[in-house]
Amino acid sequence: MTELEYQSISPSDFFYRNREIAGFSNPSRAIYAAVRELLENSLDACEARRVTPDIYLRIREIAASDEGTSIYELRIEDNGVGVPSEHIPSCFGQVFYGSKYTLKQSRGTFGLGGTITILYGQITTHKPVRVVSSTGDDIHEYEMMIDIEHNRPLVIKYWVRPNKDRWRGTAVELQLEGDYSRSMYRIYEYLKQTAMVNPYADIAFVDPRGRLYRFEKATDQMPQPPEPVKPHPQGIDVETLRRLTSITKARSMKTFMMEHFQGVGETTASRFLEEAGVSPSVDPRALSPDDIVRIVRRTKEFKGFIRPESSCLSPLGEELLEAGIRKELNLSEGGFLKVIQRKPSTYLGFPFIVEAAIAHDRSIASQMKGGIKIYRYANRIPLLFDESSGVVWKVVNKNINWSTYKVSGDTPLVVVVHLCSTKIPYKTVGKEYIADQPEVEREITNALRVVARSLRLYIARSIRMAREKRRLNIFEKYLPKIAEFSMKLSDRDEQPDVEPLLQVVSASLPEVEKKISEVPQIAGQDS
Amino acid sequence: MPDRIAEEAERPRESAGLYLKQLGNIIYEQLMNREFPWIMMQSRSTDNIIYDPDLRQYVLGGRTIRRHSRNIGQIRPFTQLVWTAWFGRELLRQRRTSTLREVYYSARGQRDIEFKNQSESDNIITDLETALNMAREDFNIFPEERSAIFGDLTIEYTVPGYEGRRMNLTEHPDGVMIGPALTSSEFVETTADKVLVIEKGAMFTRLVEERAHERFNAILIHTAGQSPRSTRSIIHRLNRDNGLPVWIFTDGDPWGVHIAMVIISGSANAAHLRGLATPEGRWLGVWATDIVDYKLPTENLTDHDTKRLKELREDPRYREELWQREIETFLKIGKKAELEAFSRYGLTYIVDEYLPAKLEGA
Repeated sequence: MTELEYQSISPSDFFYRNREIAGFSNPSRAIYAAVRELLENSLDACEARRVTPDIYLRIREIAASDEGTSIYELRIEDNGVGVPSEHIPSCFGQVFYGSKYTLKQSRGTFGLGGTITILYGQITTHKPVRVVSSTGDDIHEYEMMIDIEHNRPLVIKYWVRPNKDRWRGTAVELQLEGDYSRSMYRIYEYLKQTAMVNPYADIAFVDPRGRLYRFEKATDQMPQPPEPVKPHPQGIDVETLRRLTSITKARSMKTFMMEHFQGVGETTASRFLEEAGVSPSVDPRALSPDDIVRIVRRTKEFKGFIRPESSCLSPLGEELLEAGIRKELNLSEGGFLKVIQRKPSTYLGFPFIVEAAIAHDRSIASQMKGGIKIYRYANRIPLLFDESSGVVWKVVNKNINWSTYKVSGDTPLVVVVHLCSTKIPYKTVGKEYIADQPEVEREITNALRVVARSLRLYIARSIRMAREKRRLNIFEKYLPKIAEFSMKLSDRDEQPDVEPLLQVVSASLPEVEKKISEVPQIAGQDS
Repeated sequence: MPDRIAEEAERPRESAGLYLKQLGNIIYEQLMNREFPWIMMQSRSTDNIIYDPDLRQYVLGGRTIRRHSRNIGQIRPFTQLVWTAWFGRELLRQRRTSTLREVYYSARGQRDIEFKNQSESDNIITDLETALNMAREDFNIFPEERSAIFGDLTIEYTVPGYEGRRMNLTEHPDGVMIGPALTSSEFVETTADKVLVIEKGAMFTRLVEERAHERFNAILIHTAGQSPRSTRSIIHRLNRDNGLPVWIFTDGDPWGVHIAMVIISGSANAAHLRGLATPEGRWLGVWATDIVDYKLPTENLTDHDTKRLKELREDPRYREELWQREIETFLKIGKKAELEAFSRYGLTYIVDEYLPAKLEGA
C-alpha cells in the first residue's frame, strides 16, 4: 500500500486543475471564454469611471498547431478607470484579488475572470502577458507571468512611460491556444448580444481573418451605477455570519443586527432576536456555532424584515434596453418593440429586477427562420449556452400560451429577458443558465405577459391593416377596368375618373398603415 | 302574366346589342356620378328557383339581389360581367359568334379579368343573361356543338355570308349539326308532322338509315346526351311555332329519364330563361314497364342510379302519374336498359315494331 501524500494547493493551482469550471474546457470554449472575461472586465472598468466604453478587441493567429487548434494573440484595450501601478501585478497575476468583493451587482462573479484567462494562456503557450494601464498620469507597462504553485505574480519587465495624450484605460495582450473557427459564431453572437445590453458602448473587433466587426453605440446615456449595500438578513449564510461576528466592532447582538444588515432598526432587531432565542445583549463574539446556525435558519422564517433594497441593482432601464435592441436587431420604424422593467422583487433575501422585451418585425424575419429567438442576460452578461435548460426557455415554451397573443408558430419573435440580482440563481457552476427559482420564474412570466399583451394589439392591428390594404389593392385593380369597359360598352370616349372612389376606400385605412408601407425593407445583417 | 314574361324573354335578337349598351350606360353614369356602380338582378340561389306548374318549368322567384362594386367580394365578378357584356356587344357588332370556351380563353388575354376556370366564366355569362333577361345565344355565345337534326325542314340562314340561302335538312345523311348558324336561321317550311328526339347518336343513325323520317313523317333530332340549350330552343320552336308534337326516346335509366324531363320542363340552371322548355313534349321510352313488357336485356341499377331515382321521385317536375309510375317500376325491378337493347330482336326491330307501337299508344 502506497502512502498517500497530502498537500495544500493554491487557488491558482486549483483553477489550473479545474479550468472547465471557468469555461476553459476545450480550445473552442477557451477562446470564447477569454474574450468574454476580458471584455466584461473592460466594460466594468469603463462603468466604474462613468464613461461610455470604447473597446478594441483583436485576435491574431500566431501559429497553427495540430488538430485544428492554433496559438492566438488576444489583445483588448479599453478606456476604463485603469489599474493603479502597484495593483497591476496582483490584479492580473493572483487569483482572488480584485475589486469585486462588495455586495452589489457586477458582471464578473469570481473576480478571477481576467486572471484565469491569463493562467490558461500561460499554461497552453508558456508566454508572458503584457498589461498596460494608466489612471491618468504615467503609463505603466508590465510583462509578467503567474507563479501557479504559490499564487503570485512574477514580473519579468516593467516600464513607466510619460502619458502625453492623457490616455486612461487598460490594455491586455496575451497568447493562448484555441480554435477560432469553431468558436467564431459564438464570439460574434456574444459580442452582438453584449452590444444589445450595452447600447452606450463602442466595440470594435478584428478577427484572425482580418475582418472588422463594429458595434457602435446608439446613446451616450449610461444606467445608474449600483450602490453597495449591507446584506439583507435573509440572504446571509452561516459562513458569512461567522466571519461578520468575528470582525464586528459591535459588542451586543442588537447593535450587531442593526449595524451589519440592511433595513434592521431597533424594533426589528429586538423582535427578531427574541424569536430566535438570542439575548440582545450577548456579545457576537461569544456565539456558539449552534447559535450561528440557528440564527441563519431563523432569518429565513422571520416575517418582520422589510424587503431587500434594490438600490444595489443596476438594471438597464427601459429606454436603454429599447435602444440596444433596436440597434442590434435593426428594427424598422413600424416594427414592434415593447420593453418593460418590473418592480424590484426578492427571492431568498436577494433582491432582483426583471427586464423583458419582445420584438416583432420584418427585419427579424430576415435574420431567422421564424419562431421565437431568445436572448438571455444575467447582470448584463449574455447567456449563450444550455438555452433549453434555463428558466426563460421554460417560461417562453411552457408558461406562456402564445396563441392567446395571436402569435402563431411562424411569427418571427425576439424575446429578451434580463435578470439583475446581487445573486443570480445559476443552476450549475458553469453559470450558463438560470434556475427556475419560483419568484424569479413568476416575475419573468408576468413581465413577458405584460409585453405580450401589447404585442397582441399590434398583431391584431397589423392583420387588420393588411386586410384593408388588400381591399384597397382590389379596388385599385378593378375600378379602372369597370370604367374602361363601361365606357367602351356605352360608346363613350371619356373614361370616368375612379380616383374619388378609391379615396373613399382608402379613407377607411388607418394612418399608420401608410407609414408602414413606406418603410423600405431592411436587409438582414450579414454575419 | 306568364305570357308577358315569355314575350319579354324572347326579345328580338336585334335589340340585344341595345340592351348591352344600356347596361354600359347605367354603369358609366354611376361612375360619372362618383357612385360605386351596381346592378339589380333576380336571385338565382336555390331558394329563389321555383317550379311553376302553369308554365311547367322552373322559374326564378321574386327575390332580387344587388351586384355592387363597393362590395369586396363582388367587385371582381362585377368587373367580369362588364367585360363579358362588352365582349358580347363586340360579337354582335362584328357579326361573329363565339362559344363558352372561347369566352373563357378570350378573357385570358385581359389582365385582371381572367377567369380562374371555365365554370367561373360560364357563371358570369349566366349572370349577364339574368341581368338582361336574355339568353346568351342572343349575344352570339353558343355552347359547343354536338347535337344534330335531320328531316324535311327547310331553313333560311341569317348568318353573314349566307343570308337568304336556304337548305333542306335531308340534304346531308349524317344530319346537320345544330350550331349558331342553324340556331339563328328561320324555319321556312316542313312537311313533317312530328319531332322525334333521340338521346343517342347510334340510334339516330339507325333511324336515318331506316328512313324513319319518311316512315313516321318526322324530323329527327339527336341530343347527344343532355341536350344543349340551342337544341332545346330548336325543339321549343318546332313545337310552338310549327305546332309539331314532340316525342322523346332515351335510355331506360334515371339519366335518360332526366334528359327527357329537361327537354320538357327545363333545368333549374336555366330558370331565368324562357323559350327553352317544351311542356307539350312527351317521353315515350324506354320506360321501365317497356323493360318488362319487351323482356329487354338489362343491367342492374347501381347504388348511384337508385339514389338518383329517389331524388327524381321528390322533384316537383316528376309529380305526374306517368313519371311516378315509371320511377317506382325502375326501383321495383332494379334494372335498366339502353335503347340498343332492342337489337336482341334484330337491328330494325326498334323501327319496325317498337316505335310504331309507342307512337300508336301515345
